[in-house]
Amino acid sequence: MNTERFLNQPSAWLPVDPDDNVTISSRVRLARNRKDAAFPGWAGEDECERIWEELREVLMHCATLKGPMAVGMAELSPLDKQLLFERHLISREQADRKKGSGVVLREDEAVAVMVNEEDHLRLQSMRRGLDIVKAWDVANELDSEIEKKVDYAFSTQIGYLTACPSNVGTGMRASVMLHVPGLVLMNEISAVVKGMAKIGLAVRGLWGEGSEATGNMFQVSNQMTLGEREEDIVANLEQIVLEIVEHEKNARLRLFEQRENVIRDHAGRAMGILSHAHVLTSKECLDLLSDLRLGVDMGIVQLQGPEVVNDLLILTQPGHLQKLEGRRLKAEERDVARALLVRSRLNRALKKSDKKNHE
Amino acid sequence: MKCEICKEQEATIHLTQVVDGAVKKVHLCEGCAAQSGFDVHGPMSITDVLLGMGDAMPEPLPTLKATERSCPRCHLRRVDFKKTGRLGCPACYEAFEDQLVPLLRVMHRQDQHKGKIPEREKERVQSTHKLGALQEELEKAIAEENYEEAARLRDMMQAIRSAKKKKPRKPKKSDA
Repeated sequence: MNTERFLNQPSAWLPVDPDDNVTISSRVRLARNRKDAAFPGWAGEDECERIWEELREVLMHCATLKGPMAVGMAELSPLDKQLLFERHLISREQADRKKGSGVVLREDEAVAVMVNEEDHLRLQSMRRGLDIVKAWDVANELDSEIEKKVDYAFSTQIGYLTACPSNVGTGMRASVMLHVPGLVLMNEISAVVKGMAKIGLAVRGLWGEGSEATGNMFQVSNQMTLGEREEDIVANLEQIVLEIVEHEKNARLRLFEQRENVIRDHAGRAMGILSHAHVLTSKECLDLLSDLRLGVDMGIVQLQGPEVVNDLLILTQPGHLQKLEGRRLKAEERDVARALLVRSRLNRALKKSDKKNHE
Repeated sequence: MKCEICKEQEATIHLTQVVDGAVKKVHLCEGCAAQSGFDVHGPMSITDVLLGMGDAMPEPLPTLKATERSCPRCHLRRVDFKKTGRLGCPACYEAFEDQLVPLLRVMHRQDQHKGKIPEREKERVQSTHKLGALQEELEKAIAEENYEEAARLRDMMQAIRSAKKKKPRKPKKSDA
């Protein structure tokens, strides 16, 4: 697979939706396993390889995947794996695997299937903004297509059987990515996080399990997978997310009323540092891009093509940076390359908007 | 954790014993435990063998029993599951059912799947339900000495059973 192509393509999980700048993207993941084989973590290498070959063949003929691309983990360099991980197409766990494991993707990255990660199949469907119902529809359609050819491990009592009992039942994890700087600045986020834990929702950082919430971005997902219908899980999540979005919009309004100078200052400083810095660490960059994003959303900063902020969120990740540079970079070198990339992209967007403002 | 004798294999047998008020812990792999003359399945404490204190016979430890359990299909042992939190194969759910069901109830607060059913399972689920219903009718017919009806029901059930047999699928207990 030629991974260079990804650099010029907006990621399926970071698109721009001018009407909704709080929910970034929606994702549904389904875990499925074959009835007749050991789970990937317990199976031998030969068995994993055979299953990867067989499942890849099935997936390559799925209409929902529209002429997909497939690649084995053994064929990918560590850098390419990092790139796919940053684009949410493979998990950290799968990146550590080699032979007998791989990923099959639809060209637009909106549908991807990991083979032999923790389970034999991990189907993923991504949509921009709050579109979790449609994300489930697409995943469901692909799943129905696969089950015609693959005999799934299924129990009438406890549903789809998975390597980890925490996924048993629907095997579904539905999640929505949110950008909530307003709730963070108004110190309301911890109450929201606690509230969600109470109703069985998990809150994680940008890159899933174990990652911290940098850039004021959070992933909200269902914790329980057994005992509820998929449609109900998805509808429930959507309802909660709509409430969070309302809270966030509210917080932004109050922020603007009560602390307008603080908001303007945040956005102005973010713009100043990002467009002039020569060294930027990954965390500093994400935090500043979040401030800038809020400034753009609230009309404080004008940029020609506000999608530049979202593009930079992903292009400044280590894998993307090194791919753009065409070589491996040490951490310090990455910080310099990151600053250079951000400077040039932002200055271009600023100049264009200045020109437009004067017209 | 590595075995304390060979320092190579993973220790799967963990023992704790109080000797003269001091807590002693021993961690061994199954091979070394057997070589030390210790019967893994027996009621004798391994610390007795190793520390030469054969007089005191303590109660058998529950961890030993746990290591014996394994999935008949993939041979995953309960300790393997404890270590990784991952099961070995779909059959493990039946092999460790008694331990998994309470775990699932804690994790999901539910224990009955209500979501999607794969198409090819639908038939199996339905025919199992149907067989159950026919069985009831059959018993009723016999009780009422309606043998004509009973014969008809019996034939229907046989037809369903033979249709099911064509697909090599063993219904689980939970289907009944």
